Amino acid sequence: MKSIILTTASRTLLPLLILFSVFVLLRGHYLPGGGFIGGLIASIAFILHAFANGLKKSRFLLRIHPGFLIPTGLLLALGSAIVPIIFEGLPMMTGVWYPETLPVIGKVGSALFFDTGVYFVVIGVCLTIIFTISEQA
Amino acid sequence: MIENLSIFPILGQAIVAVILLFFWRRPKWQRILSIFGSSVNLFIAAALFYFVYEHGTQTTQLGNWEAPFGITMVADLLAVSLVLLTNIVGFVLSIYSNANMVSARVKFGYYAMFHFLIMGLSGAFLTGDIFNMYVWFEVIIISSFVLLTIGGRKIQIEGAVKYFTLNMLSSIVFLTGIAMLYGVTGTLNMAELGRVIPTIENTGIVDTISLIFFIGFGVKAGVFPLYFWLPASYHTPPAAVSALFGGLLTKVGVYAMIRTFTLIFPLSEMNQIILAVIAIFTIFFGGIGALVQKDVLRVFSYLIICHIGFMVGGLSLFTEVALVGAVFYMFHDIIVKTTLFMMGGVFFRIFGNTKLYNMGGLMNNYPRLSLLFAIPLFALVGIPPLSGFWPKISLFGASYETGNIIMLVSFIFASLITLIIIAKVWNDTFAKKELETAKLKQLKYFDQFDRREKTAMILPIALLIGVTLYYSFFSEHIQIVAERIGHDLMHPETYIKAVFPSKN
Repeated sequence: MKSIILTTASRTLLPLLILFSVFVLLRGHYLPGGGFIGGLIASIAFILHAFANGLKKSRFLLRIHPGFLIPTGLLLALGSAIVPIIFEGLPMMTGVWYPETLPVIGKVGSALFFDTGVYFVVIGVCLTIIFTISEQA
Repeated sequence: MIENLSIFPILGQAIVAVILLFFWRRPKWQRILSIFGSSVNLFIAAALFYFVYEHGTQTTQLGNWEAPFGITMVADLLAVSLVLLTNIVGFVLSIYSNANMVSARVKFGYYAMFHFLIMGLSGAFLTGDIFNMYVWFEVIIISSFVLLTIGGRKIQIEGAVKYFTLNMLSSIVFLTGIAMLYGVTGTLNMAELGRVIPTIENTGIVDTISLIFFIGFGVKAGVFPLYFWLPASYHTPPAAVSALFGGLLTKVGVYAMIRTFTLIFPLSEMNQIILAVIAIFTIFFGGIGALVQKDVLRVFSYLIICHIGFMVGGLSLFTEVALVGAVFYMFHDIIVKTTLFMMGGVFFRIFGNTKLYNMGGLMNNYPRLSLLFAIPLFALVGIPPLSGFWPKISLFGASYETGNIIMLVSFIFASLITLIIIAKVWNDTFAKKELETAKLKQLKYFDQFDRREKTAMILPIALLIGVTLYYSFFSEHIQIVAERIGHDLMHPETYIKAVFPSKN
């Protein structure tokens, strides 16, 4: 589908949507948002880009195969669950928090890494599905 | 470290599965990593079993939330024995998959799903929270659905649809039961439920909920009116997958039944009768079904159903001896049924299909193999001193002692009909004269395998037969473990005490 409006819009929307998805991911611990919805927004950014500019260009933009985001995210989430076992001797999945508040990001804890893992898994799954379908169509 | 011990079998499988996902385009690496990962996990499970056997039940409060509020993982002796058996089966099957699974299927993530399934099974055994058990059941369903459909042959999809629909239905029923239970008691922690349920005065609603749970678990276990998905789907996937399913999937349902009906809803007399009737029907229809089937894998599928009746029947008697028998029978059944389905894979490679009337001549052509295969078949029947015999002593004894003669008769009927079926299978596959059949071109037959592939096919079967022989000749070890489990099951206070160390 070649449409000059969509192509131009996607060029601006791609960074905006990705930025918004990161914002949603970071605010997600106490407020509505989080890894899942953030991942969906980020994958929408890429899907929109693929619709406007073709699959080949989006694949080039992404550099890696989206399938590799799934195990990466899973490993990150799993790591955040194991960290309390290794470093604190606490049961698995206990929330471990860095005591000071960082600028922009806010409080950093193992929950954030878990959410980030979910974020990557969602992007990986969505893009693998959509790319595979549109490749065959 | 030590307080997290009960979570390690789950964690280990999860890590292996995730690492395998990184190598999803490299089948050779996946094969090596899967065997390595399975052996490490087998070691972890054995260590956990030893630790629990020596030091009693271990618990982990996930997220460091106190017991009735957070999710508790409880590693009691029943759970860890099953986890150990699961890991033995997983280890053996990851070797077996080497010869059995073509690389195209491996590229679709066969090994990763295989390990996710074992993770789900371990989770379902170890969890101490009824809702968490539902989540593990979902993990099991999703990964087993992928395993069933990988390859995408028409017959596979057909079986998978039946499998998936009925299992989803059972999940909905299970979830409804959980919702009602939460409405009545306000908690989902199994140990807490065990304390709260006896104080509820409205026993009618408790009995109703317990039967809803029974329907939910009954579909998974494959008891009488709810088993039709099982023979419709188990013969369709590759042998390694059906071996995993045949050995373990139905046993999760039985485990869940044993757990809920001892800890949460100790069987009332009414429920005992219902379970007994269903067990008898399961034995009867499973046995008759196996008798008329013409495909050896379908015969084995119906035998699974028939023998589920032993475990449910043992549970319905609800004495310590009967539970010992049921648990021991479950241990025996996991190993033997897995072996049978793996043998089915070998039959397929030798004859090109698994129809009974197409087979024959195994005894003349492969005498040593026949001798090996005779052991699990006879163990299934329960010819002394092989492993099927020992749990039956407890089961028969318990049904005689409780005066439940109908149950005793149906146990004997099941043993006899198993004997007839195995004799028929033996006749058709081993003893009958070899038939001249046209060979399929695209299939690699067993005699075309090289040495490595033959080893990958036979060695795992031999390993499992080794376990069967251990059951047979050192049955007192298993009996001791089963007796301790039976004692724990009949005295749920020990379980509750392990979860709430401070309050009691």
